[in-house]
Amino acid sequence: MSQPSISKTMTTGESGLSVVFAVTAFLCVIASAKALDAPFAFHAALSAFASLAAVFCIVNRYFDRPAALPPAEINGRPNYNMGPIKFTAVMAMFWGIAGFLVGLIIASQLAWPALNFDLPWTSFGRLRPLHTSAVIFAFGGNVLIGTSFYVVQKSCRARLAGDLAPWFVVLGYNYFILVAGTGYLLGVTQSKEYAEPEWYADLWLTIVWVTYLLVFLVTVIKRKEPHIFVANWFYLAFIVTIAVLHLGNNPALPVSVFGSKSYVAWGGIQDAMFQWWYGHNAVGFFLTAGFLAIMYYFIPKRAERPIYSYRLSIIHFWALIFLYIWAGPHHLHYTALPDWTQTLGMTFSIMLWMPSWGGMINGLMTLSGAWDKLRTDPVLRMLVVSVAFYGMSTFEGPMMSIKVVNSLSHYTDWTIGHVHSGALGWVGFVSFGALYCLVPWVWNRKGLYSLKLVNWHFWIATLGIVLYISAMWVSGILQGLMWRAYTSLGFLEYSFIETVEAMHPFYIIRAAGGGLFLIGALIMAYNLWMTVRVGEAEVQMPVALQPAE
Amino acid sequence: MKAILTLDNLASGLVTTIWTPIFVAIFLAIIAYAFWPRNKSAFDEAARLPLREE
Repeated sequence: MSQPSISKTMTTGESGLSVVFAVTAFLCVIASAKALDAPFAFHAALSAFASLAAVFCIVNRYFDRPAALPPAEINGRPNYNMGPIKFTAVMAMFWGIAGFLVGLIIASQLAWPALNFDLPWTSFGRLRPLHTSAVIFAFGGNVLIGTSFYVVQKSCRARLAGDLAPWFVVLGYNYFILVAGTGYLLGVTQSKEYAEPEWYADLWLTIVWVTYLLVFLVTVIKRKEPHIFVANWFYLAFIVTIAVLHLGNNPALPVSVFGSKSYVAWGGIQDAMFQWWYGHNAVGFFLTAGFLAIMYYFIPKRAERPIYSYRLSIIHFWALIFLYIWAGPHHLHYTALPDWTQTLGMTFSIMLWMPSWGGMINGLMTLSGAWDKLRTDPVLRMLVVSVAFYGMSTFEGPMMSIKVVNSLSHYTDWTIGHVHSGALGWVGFVSFGALYCLVPWVWNRKGLYSLKLVNWHFWIATLGIVLYISAMWVSGILQGLMWRAYTSLGFLEYSFIETVEAMHPFYIIRAAGGGLFLIGALIMAYNLWMTVRVGEAEVQMPVALQPAE
Repeated sequence: MKAILTLDNLASGLVTTIWTPIFVAIFLAIIAYAFWPRNKSAFDEAARLPLREE
């Protein structure tokens, strides 16, 4: 261990954060002792332990580091901070596999209900939010945080702002996932779809997210590149809007500060409208804007072609911002929500066709002059197919928001099929493509361990998606038609259980599709692991080797 | 019976209605900015940004 030199002192951040975490650990021990319910006691104890671990890590890091903090530039070149990005890449792969696996389990439970083992912790109602949060917020979130930290540094030619702050963001975010996920299994939920975590997890996420916003913003402000690249606009919209949505949808009053249960601030249709304003804009700004940022950086980079139309990217961005925020009411067609609000939501959803397809065209046409690379580069193929899925599911979505279509599709498996063509095809594939690019870049490797394995991943996962979404289309439309079928005497033709029985073969096909998608992700994890372990290091061009003029 | 046209109603009606023309105007300004001929070379340069970094 290096001896600390005389001039070495703790930064304000290091000493301040150590004190804050020490106090937090103390308060969490008290909360754990006074807890009203077992899950809260568990989470308080876990937080006490995590706070102590944070203090240990900060102090340990201080003793190990040299007296001076890493410089922003070395020899006039930006000294990029890749550590937190590596962490998110590993966590994304871990949570991805966990989330796909839980998805496979609950898909199998729907086909064979005995698989819930009659235990509360493994029942569908608890595992389903575990699946959605693991794939969207844990897998997708780590991909977004990691790629945003990479893209903002590279496209601004500036080192990531903050010393401890980037680590606080990535570790704090993953700790939020841990608390949320274990909470679901123990039955802790505020029963809002995609916003299930209870009040204390929500408060923690707020702190982490504001820090994330500050790290990103300050890096943009410090930039050496005069222009703010379009991907950064999309990332910033994602970060800001998620903060607004999270604060807007989650005001709740805890029954006690020592208990996990809380009640939402408003009830009834106001709550429903707030919930789907949140829910749909989580789709629009987490699952769309954030991943479009990936599209606008990683596809040009991988294809080695400029963005097809930068003008279109500006209009694409602002059209999405202006339109998306109004589309939420289409989740509440034919409910107590006022009719005009439903029609408003439908109208804005249909208008979203234009920016969505504008963005898709921009992503696809970036390949003009490089289409041949689709044959030889499976990573680029994955990225491009993801954009095709984006176009497909953003065509389907507005169509399903039309009230007469929705009267058939709502509450059926068609919705599940639609969500998964977007989630597996668009978000999944663009994330896989980005990780396949990112891992060799941040670990300084010449390339991936095996492009052949990427090819296998691509085809196995594509087959899985096709099985999944086609099974759900057939199942959903069948379900919708059976529910609305009347006999000549005006009675419902089918009992509910008959419609459930009719779904059985499609649920098996869906589970098979999900299984293939999981196998693809396992192949990917092996490939990335081998890339880091045995991949050939990228040789930095030494100055002496440059040819003399 | 509530009077339709009081100063109060007029003010709140204006404030809530005015957003539509304001947003439309802002959006049209953004389109003009994107298509302004003098900005073309800067945007063509920006489209290549991922390709010319160190």
